[in-house]
Amino acid sequence: MLIPCPHCGPRDVGEFTYGGDATKERPDPGSAAAADWCDYVFQRENPRGPHLEYWHHAQGCRLWLKVRRDTATHRIEGAEIAGPWAGAEARESDSGEGQDVA
Amino acid sequence: MSGFRLPSCGLIDRSRPLHFTFDGKRYQGFAGDSLASALLANGVDILGRSFKYHRPRGLFSAGVEEPNAMVTLRSSARTEPNCKAPMVELFEGLEAKSQNRWPSLGLDIMALNGLAGPLLSAGFYYKTFMGPTRKAWMFYEHFIRKAAGMGAGTQLRDPDRYEETNAFCDVLIAGAGPTGLMAALAAAQSGARIVLVDDQAEMGGSLRGTSLTVGEAAGDIWCRSALAVLSALPNVTLLPRTTVYGYYDDNTFGAVERVSDHLPVPPEATPRQRHWTIRAKQLVIAAGAIERPLIFAGNDTPGVMLADAIRIYVERYGVSPGQRIALFANNDGAYRTVAALAKAGVTVVAVVDPRPEIGAEARSVVEGCGAELLTGHVVTRARGGRRLAAIEVTPYDPANGVQDRLHRSIPVDCLAVSGGWTPTIHLASQASGPARWDEALAAFLPGEPTQPWQAAGACSGELSTAACLTAGIQAGAEAARACGFAPSPISVPAVGPEITCDAILPLWDARPAGGKGKAFVDLQHDVTASDVSLAHREGFRSVEHLKRYTTLGMATDQGKTSNMAGLALMAQERGLSIPEVGTTRFRPPYTPIALGALAGQARGAHFRPLRRTPMHDWHVAEGADMMEVGLWQRPRVYRRDGETVEQAYIREARQVRQSVGIVDVSTLGKIDVQGPDAAEFLNRVYSNGFLKLPEGKARYGLMLREDGFLWDDGTTWRLGEHRFLMTTTTANAAPVLAQLEFLLAAVWPEMKVAVTSVSDQWAAMAVSGPKARDLLAAVLDDIGMSNEAFPFMGVREGHLDGVPVLVARLSFSGELAYEVYAGAHSGEAVWRRIMAAGEAFDVVAYGLEALGTLRIEKGHVAGPELDGRTTAEDLGLGGMTSRRKDYIGSAMMDREGLVDDNRMKLVGLISRDGQPVRSGSHLIVPNGESPPRSLGHVTSSTYSPALEKYIALGLLEDGRNRIGEALVATYPLKGHNVDVEVVSSHFFDPEGSRMHV
Repeated sequence: MLIPCPHCGPRDVGEFTYGGDATKERPDPGSAAAADWCDYVFQRENPRGPHLEYWHHAQGCRLWLKVRRDTATHRIEGAEIAGPWAGAEARESDSGEGQDVA
Repeated sequence: MSGFRLPSCGLIDRSRPLHFTFDGKRYQGFAGDSLASALLANGVDILGRSFKYHRPRGLFSAGVEEPNAMVTLRSSARTEPNCKAPMVELFEGLEAKSQNRWPSLGLDIMALNGLAGPLLSAGFYYKTFMGPTRKAWMFYEHFIRKAAGMGAGTQLRDPDRYEETNAFCDVLIAGAGPTGLMAALAAAQSGARIVLVDDQAEMGGSLRGTSLTVGEAAGDIWCRSALAVLSALPNVTLLPRTTVYGYYDDNTFGAVERVSDHLPVPPEATPRQRHWTIRAKQLVIAAGAIERPLIFAGNDTPGVMLADAIRIYVERYGVSPGQRIALFANNDGAYRTVAALAKAGVTVVAVVDPRPEIGAEARSVVEGCGAELLTGHVVTRARGGRRLAAIEVTPYDPANGVQDRLHRSIPVDCLAVSGGWTPTIHLASQASGPARWDEALAAFLPGEPTQPWQAAGACSGELSTAACLTAGIQAGAEAARACGFAPSPISVPAVGPEITCDAILPLWDARPAGGKGKAFVDLQHDVTASDVSLAHREGFRSVEHLKRYTTLGMATDQGKTSNMAGLALMAQERGLSIPEVGTTRFRPPYTPIALGALAGQARGAHFRPLRRTPMHDWHVAEGADMMEVGLWQRPRVYRRDGETVEQAYIREARQVRQSVGIVDVSTLGKIDVQGPDAAEFLNRVYSNGFLKLPEGKARYGLMLREDGFLWDDGTTWRLGEHRFLMTTTTANAAPVLAQLEFLLAAVWPEMKVAVTSVSDQWAAMAVSGPKARDLLAAVLDDIGMSNEAFPFMGVREGHLDGVPVLVARLSFSGELAYEVYAGAHSGEAVWRRIMAAGEAFDVVAYGLEALGTLRIEKGHVAGPELDGRTTAEDLGLGGMTSRRKDYIGSAMMDREGLVDDNRMKLVGLISRDGQPVRSGSHLIVPNGESPPRSLGHVTSSTYSPALEKYIALGLLEDGRNRIGEALVATYPLKGHNVDVEVVSSHFFDPEGSRMHV
C-alpha cells in the first residue's frame, strides 16, 4: 500500500504506523460525561468501506496524517496533514519512485 | 523401464553429460535436462509414493503443476524437501531422494493402506480416532501424521544466504512464453521500463523446442532472436528462474528469483535466492494455462501423464516416456502430442476420444501415424501396478454416458491424457472480482480487475500460439500506453499450421456407473472421485467445505491439476453448473516459496537493529557482561575474576553506597520540548504540575494513558522559559514521542510547541554515592557544586574538560547523585575522564543489575511495575495525580475499578529464610486453601547489600493493609517456595536523608 504523504510524496505503508479512527474527537474535559470518555477511548466502528484514519509517518517526516482509505479495497482517496500544518501545499515533483532497474 | 532417450531431438546438449544420483543410484543426463526428464530418459518409472495410500507414482507433468514427482534434494544442511522434479535443473553431482516411502521406494509397507482403501475415505481419521474426548486423537495423531506425509526438512541451519531487493518499472510481464515475449517486444520499443519474469531457466515457454514455425524460422529460433533483441535493450530487465508469487496493493508484487538453485552450492558472494519487491504501473499477466487430467480408475498409475507434458519431454528434452503410447483426450489440441511422437518415431497405438467427431487436422495427424482412432470412446481404467500395462476402452456417447459393457483392453506403457486447459488465473484472481466462466473452453477466466493489470494469451483463454502472439502485442502496447508511452505498432509474426485447442467436450469423469477402482481427482493429496461424492452425501457441499473436508486442492500444488475436476464432480452431484457451484479464490503464493527468501538478510544478528550507547566500547573493553534490553546493548555487571553475576552486582551496589559509582543511562528516551506553550503542554501531559517548575530545575513526572492507567515516568528539566528536556523510560522513548506528536497534531493543534527526539544526541551517565559531589567537583570546569549553589533537583549547564555538559542533581539510587549529559560524540571521553578522576574517590562502574538493586532498595518503580495494569495509586504515587487540573488520563482514572480498595498495591517483600525471591512468583497464604489463591505477584527482586537480605517488590491485593503479614512466594514451575514478610516498599533510608546532603 502507498500512502500519499503531502509532505514526502507517495511512500510505502511500512514507513507509517496506524493511528486509528480519525473521526473521534477528544471530549472537552470541562464538560464531558463518563459516557463520552468511554466512547472516545474504547468504542470503535469497524466499517467496511471508506474510513478516515490517522497514520503517523513515523519513518519519514513524522507528521500525523488523516487518510481517507477504503478498508475493503485499500484504495486511498487522499491524505492531509493533521494539526497546525493542515492544508500546507503538497510537495511537487516527487513520484515516489526509486531507481530504474533496467 | 519404459522411458528412453530419443536419438536426436530436444534442446539438451548431448556433448555435456551430467551425473546424478536418485535414491543413491547413479544415473546420467545431459546439460539442459530437468531432473524429471533425466529420470524419464533413464527409464525410472516410480518417483514417489502417494500421500495417503502410498501408491507408486510416476512423473505426471512437465511444470510447476507436478503433483507426484516430489523429491528431496541435496543432503545435510542443504536438504530441501518437496522439490518438483520437472522444475529441478540437472547439475553435476545432483543428489535426489524419493519421499514418503519406507523402507524403500520399490517396497513400501504403507502401501497396505491401499488395501484398506474404502476405510481411508475423506474424514476417516477424524471419524475413527477422535473419541468423545480429545485424548484418543492426541494419542493416534502422532502415528497418523507419520504415515501420511511429504519429505522431511532438516534441523540444521541453512548455510546459504538469501537477499532482498526492490525494483520499479512501468510494465511488469509475468510469463515469457509467446504472449509475454510479444508483450515485452511491443512495450519495450516505446521506451517503457519493462521487467519480464519467467519461472524457467530459459525463457520462451511453449515455444522452446516447438516444431511450429514462427515468422521465417522454427519457433525456437524466433524465440531466441526475440530474447536477443530484448536483452540488448537498456530499458528491459529479464528475470529468468523467477516466479511472481503474489499480487499486493498498489501494484506491488512479490517475486522470488532462484539464483543458485541450479548449482550444487551458491558461488562466492551469490545468494541462493533473491526476493524481489516489484512496483509496476501496469502488469501483463501472461501466465499460460495448465492442462487438466481426466478421471478414470487407476488414473494415477505410473505411465499416465498429461498429454502436453509428453510433447514437451519429446520436443524439448528428447525423451520419450514410453514405447507404446496412447492418447485419451477430449480436445483437438492434445493431438499435437501425437504429431510430436510420430515425428520422433515413437509408436502411438491408439487415440481415444469421447467426441463423435474430431477436427480435420487432428484426424490427419492420427491417420498419418497409423494409430487406431477410437472416437466416441473413453478410457475407463488403467491397468498395471508399478507401470501402466494396458488401458480399458469403452464406447461413450454424450446422451447415454459411459457404457460398461463393451470394453476392450489395449496394451500400452504410457497414456497421454488431456481434459482441456485451465487458464492460470492465480495472479489475476488476487486482484480481481470473481472469475468468469467460459462455456466454450469449460474454464474459468480472469474476473474484472481491481488493479491495473491485463491478462493475455492462454491465461485469458487464447490457446493457439498465433492468438497468443497477437494478444501479447495488444497487451504490451496497451500497458505501455497506460503508462504514458506511445508504442508504434509492430507486426504479428506468422505462425505455421498448428492444431488449435478448440472443440473441447467438457467430459471430466470417464468412470462407468458402479465402476470399481480408485479414480483420483487430487493426485498429491490422494483425494478420489468417490471422496467428492462422500463429501456431498455428508453435507459438505459448498466448494469451501468440499476443500476442507476432503483436503482437495490443499496440497503443495494447491490443486493446479485438480481443482477444476473437483468442482465439476461436485456440480454433477448437486445437479448444478460449474459456475453455479463457484470456485475458491487463489491466494499467494502461486508456488511454495522458501521462508529463507522471505526472511532475506534479516536473520541472526541482522534480525533487528542493534543499538549501542556512546560508551559501549568502554564497557566491552572493561569486560562487562552485555545484555539485550529491547534493541539496546547494556552492561549487566562488570565481573571481576572468579565473580558470579550476583557477587558482582552486590559489590557494585555496595560500593555505590560506600563511595561513588557511575552507570550508563544513555538509553533513556530524551525529548526536546520547545515553544511558548511548552510548560502548559507538559502540564497537560503529566499528571503532576509543571507550570510552576522554575528554570534550572528538574521534576519527576508521571504520564497516564487516556484510560487512566499509569504509562510512563521520567524527569523533565526546565532549561529556559520555553525550553524543556524530557526524559522517558528506555522502553517508551519512541511511543511517548509519537503520543506527544499526536496530541500536538490532533488534540491541541493550537498549541505552539515543537517536540524532537534527542535520545541519540545525548550520552548520559549517573554518578551516585556519598562522594559523587567531590568527584564531579574535581572534573567540572565551571559549575558550583555546593548544596546551596546546586540544590537537589537542580539543573546546571557547564563544561567538563571543555566539553559542554548538562548536569542535573537527580537520584534513582537514593544516594547523593547527579546525571551528566554530554554530546554523544563526547560521551566516552567524559566517562573516561570521570573514571580517571574517580580513582581517588574509589569509583566503581556499575551495571543494570546494581542499578536495579539500588532502586529496589529505595522502592522506586520501573518497567516490571509499570506493566500497563497499574495505576499511580497502586504504586503509591497517588499523590502525584493532581486534582486541580485536566490532563491525559485525569477523566478516567477515577473509574470504579481503578479506585477499588482491593486492587493490588505495591509492597516490599523480605525473604525470611535467606532464599532469593524469584520474580514472577505468586503470593499466597501459607498453609491456606488448596489450590491456593494468588493474592498477587513478585515484580522485581534482588539481594540487598544494605539490608543483607533477599528483598523484592510485589503487587499484592490490599497490600498496604497487609504490612507485617507472612506470605509464601511460590513458583510452582520450578518448585520454589520462599517465606516472605510484607513490608513497606521503602526498604532503605525512607526519609531520603542521603540524597539531600
